[in-house]
Amino acid sequence: MPPLPTLTAKELTTDQEVRWCPGCGDYSILAQMKKALTTVGVPREKLAFVSGIGCSSRFPYYMNTFGFHTIHGRAPTFATGLRLANPDLQVWVVTGDGDGLSIGGNHLLHALRRNIDIKVLLFNNEIYGLTKGQYSPASRVGTSSKTSPGGSFETPIRPLSIALASEATFVARTVDVDVQHLVSTLQKAAAHKGSAFVEIYQNCVIFNDDVYKYATDKAVKADNLLYLEHGKPMLFGKDKSKGIRLNGLTPEVVTVGRDCPLDDILVHDETAENPALAYLLSRFAHDARTPNAFPEPVGVFRTVSKPTFEQQLDARVADAVAKRGPGQIADLFKAEDVWTVS
Amino acid sequence: MSSDNGHAAPAAGSDTSTNGHANGHPRKHEVVDSITIRFAGDSGDGMQLAGTRFTDTSALLGNDIATFPDFPAEIRAPAGTLAGVSGFQVHFSSSDIHTPGDVLDTLVVMNAAALKTNLKDLRKDGILIVNSDGFETSDLKKANYKVSPLEDGSLKGYRVVRVAIAKLTVEAVKDCGLTPREQDRCKNFFALGLVYWLFERPLEVTLKWIQSKFGKKPEHMPVLKANTQALKAGYNYGETVELLPVQYQVAKAQIAPGTYRKITGNDAAVLGFAAAGKLANKPLVYAGYPITPASSILEGLTEMRRYGVKTFQAEDEIAAAGVAIGASYGGAIGVTGTSGPGVCLKSEAINLAVMTELPLVIVDVQRGGPSTGLPTKTEQSDLLQAMFGRNGDSPVAIVAPQSPVDCFDMAIEAVRIATRFMCPVFYLSDGYLANGSEPWKIPAVENLPKIEIAHPTQPNSDGTQVHESGDSEGSGAGKFLPYKRDNFLSRPWAIPGTPGLEHRIGGIEKQDVTGNINYEPSNHEHMTNTRAKKIENIAQTIPDLVVTGDADADLLIVGWGGTFGSITTAVERARRKGQKVAQAHFRYLNPMPKNTEAVLKKYKKILVPELNSGQLSWLLRAKYLVPAQGLNKVQGRPFLVSELETAITDALASV
Repeated sequence: MPPLPTLTAKELTTDQEVRWCPGCGDYSILAQMKKALTTVGVPREKLAFVSGIGCSSRFPYYMNTFGFHTIHGRAPTFATGLRLANPDLQVWVVTGDGDGLSIGGNHLLHALRRNIDIKVLLFNNEIYGLTKGQYSPASRVGTSSKTSPGGSFETPIRPLSIALASEATFVARTVDVDVQHLVSTLQKAAAHKGSAFVEIYQNCVIFNDDVYKYATDKAVKADNLLYLEHGKPMLFGKDKSKGIRLNGLTPEVVTVGRDCPLDDILVHDETAENPALAYLLSRFAHDARTPNAFPEPVGVFRTVSKPTFEQQLDARVADAVAKRGPGQIADLFKAEDVWTVS
Repeated sequence: MSSDNGHAAPAAGSDTSTNGHANGHPRKHEVVDSITIRFAGDSGDGMQLAGTRFTDTSALLGNDIATFPDFPAEIRAPAGTLAGVSGFQVHFSSSDIHTPGDVLDTLVVMNAAALKTNLKDLRKDGILIVNSDGFETSDLKKANYKVSPLEDGSLKGYRVVRVAIAKLTVEAVKDCGLTPREQDRCKNFFALGLVYWLFERPLEVTLKWIQSKFGKKPEHMPVLKANTQALKAGYNYGETVELLPVQYQVAKAQIAPGTYRKITGNDAAVLGFAAAGKLANKPLVYAGYPITPASSILEGLTEMRRYGVKTFQAEDEIAAAGVAIGASYGGAIGVTGTSGPGVCLKSEAINLAVMTELPLVIVDVQRGGPSTGLPTKTEQSDLLQAMFGRNGDSPVAIVAPQSPVDCFDMAIEAVRIATRFMCPVFYLSDGYLANGSEPWKIPAVENLPKIEIAHPTQPNSDGTQVHESGDSEGSGAGKFLPYKRDNFLSRPWAIPGTPGLEHRIGGIEKQDVTGNINYEPSNHEHMTNTRAKKIENIAQTIPDLVVTGDADADLLIVGWGGTFGSITTAVERARRKGQKVAQAHFRYLNPMPKNTEAVLKKYKKILVPELNSGQLSWLLRAKYLVPAQGLNKVQGRPFLVSELETAITDALASV
């Protein structure tokens, strides 16, 4: 039985006018976030949303919790400090592909590596929206924008590959309009102890509309998305006839029955200590031009348990107190060599 | 206050006595007021250690002390080269001193390169102790000597004492089971022993230190034995060969009763921030990224966990600022520490603290700039960066400790101001204060200032608040208003986790009182003025600028921060010579004390010595329209007292 709601979506709504463009994917994410939090069991005052700069980073203004809209790319650092000072809070970081992967790439990497107990939501729309349409580090090759007329030619960054390489202990992907999947993914991230990283495919209706059409259009999405489920074979397609098989170190798309028996299909293990398979999955990229193209996995790629930074630091503090007692000011001044003048 | 007579000693006219000596020869014992000695050698020669040990012994004997370590940025430049020379200067005295001394009475050099780079600071007739083993052909070549200075007569005029320190050390420690290289590394203790003999200092303090350092692990026993033997051998060598026909004594200083310890500026900062956390009864989070000369504060505070200090070694300077601000937002005292190049990187984050009005202390241990500059050398050239180095009209508070010991008191002050006024506070220390040391009279805990902080626990709106633009939107009763201000214009510090106080803050301009995003022209101007006025209000809580010296003088010497010792000594000497001069020193740079303008306008001439190109004088001229004249030095080194004395004489000549 799911836990009973402790909060309502209305309680989580502020009196501020939401200023995203009509049709923006952010509206759905905001709505599903409120919905997800109703049953997470954390009271409003213990929730904090920290963001950087960009369209996504306006998110905290619309959540009736504690909120801190910081500076470009640096949200993980403020969130880290907040956790150090106040470990009772559930801290969410809201960022985008420019904020989190370009100007703020370094901080994201280190927050995840340290396993700070924060939940990072990266709204990936593959474009700079708030600055009115320049290509981003996540833009797929060929993205036409004001700074990439004729199509971008830089190799895009893959957010989940970065998260896995950074030793994140929870890595997941979901889609803005896939509301149930989004809610459940957010709730899993909320329940995770340690750094959680969630990439959310988010449609920018103005500057990069339909970039995820392959993943949202009911007619084709079953062929283009692979819903990861722990302990289940990796099957996709309308009738789940296609699957992923590993041939040595190379994954391949096969048709179950025709190419191989079901037993040959990879079974998803989100708790695997070794992140290699999760990394392979993070490399799957949609390519409409290729027959038998890989589906893009959504769901939880990896969730493992490791002590958080805060737990380890608090243990060191407790250890120092246990060994020598809580420090008093007078003790501070003691030194090996003191002398007295009378 | 008695004063430092620096280069006057040892000199004719000192008290001398002649005692019998073990071998029957008479030996003179001269009593002098103060001595300045420098140990100089290769970076690997252990000169910092020798100097520190000598300082500890002198402090425990009751001398007043001031030290100046001077080392290269390279950890180990090629051995024996000019770039690799490291020095440690100690000024010890029987009277009250404020500087490490201008001119050396005694110089110890371990090799030719150390002689070349340090000889210019030794006074004529000064004692030069030379490790003659450091003057082989290869050493001379690395120091760019064509002919050995020990042979060419160029050292005439100094009292040169040649000792084969390396060979004698090896001989002294040969039975300790060390490798030849390890044997050689004991020569700093031999040199230290020699110097102890010269100044008639006991070995006990250093022997005890060797025991505590190397006596814990069996594998260190050979090192313990060798260092002990080298130290004693050096002392005995001086005694046996009668190194000089005279030994010098420096009596205890007359200093105020109390318990003392020796402390460097960075160590004092560590204790100050740890104490501030306790005084405020709050956890303190110190976030830093390793950078010279600030790293030892990060290291020192990491040892302070049981005092409620959490340190964080961030991935970069920006992150360190972010973590500190995040911690302040979370209700802890957020402090970030760095040097000038790090401040450049932190600017945007500091501005967020300005805008969101959160407490933040930024420790800037200044070094030579711009860019990487002179990482290990001192300078005061970040004042205007602290004042103005951010986008927009962005006022912050600035304090500057004036001595190593003051680094303790100003750390507490910085935290007090940041938390009382909800604003960033720059703490401008410098490389000279950071590494220099002096005796510190340990304060009584009950005499330390209190830091009182109140956090709201209830919504603060009664529905009547209207911000000055007349708009009361969103300020209904029962709401929490994050920008509702107190009498100092400071806003409430609400801790996330407190029910009913949920609110949003950020870097976008906001409406006063409610904190809601607001782009109205009049509101932005109101908020800009309010942020500035709030910083000005700090002046109501800080002490007045104190004028010392001759109140009726025509000339006022104005300094700030780490130059206090040099300026004070120069003013004392000038007044002893009969010159009329007054002195004022800023520890609060923004806002300046309330009486600043009144003080400045009383004097015909204002001389502002600074280790930069004229930053404080620029500020004083701009703010108070006074004819402040700069006396500027940017050589990576502190002022010599003599330089300031000359400047005072020149200034008086043209009043």
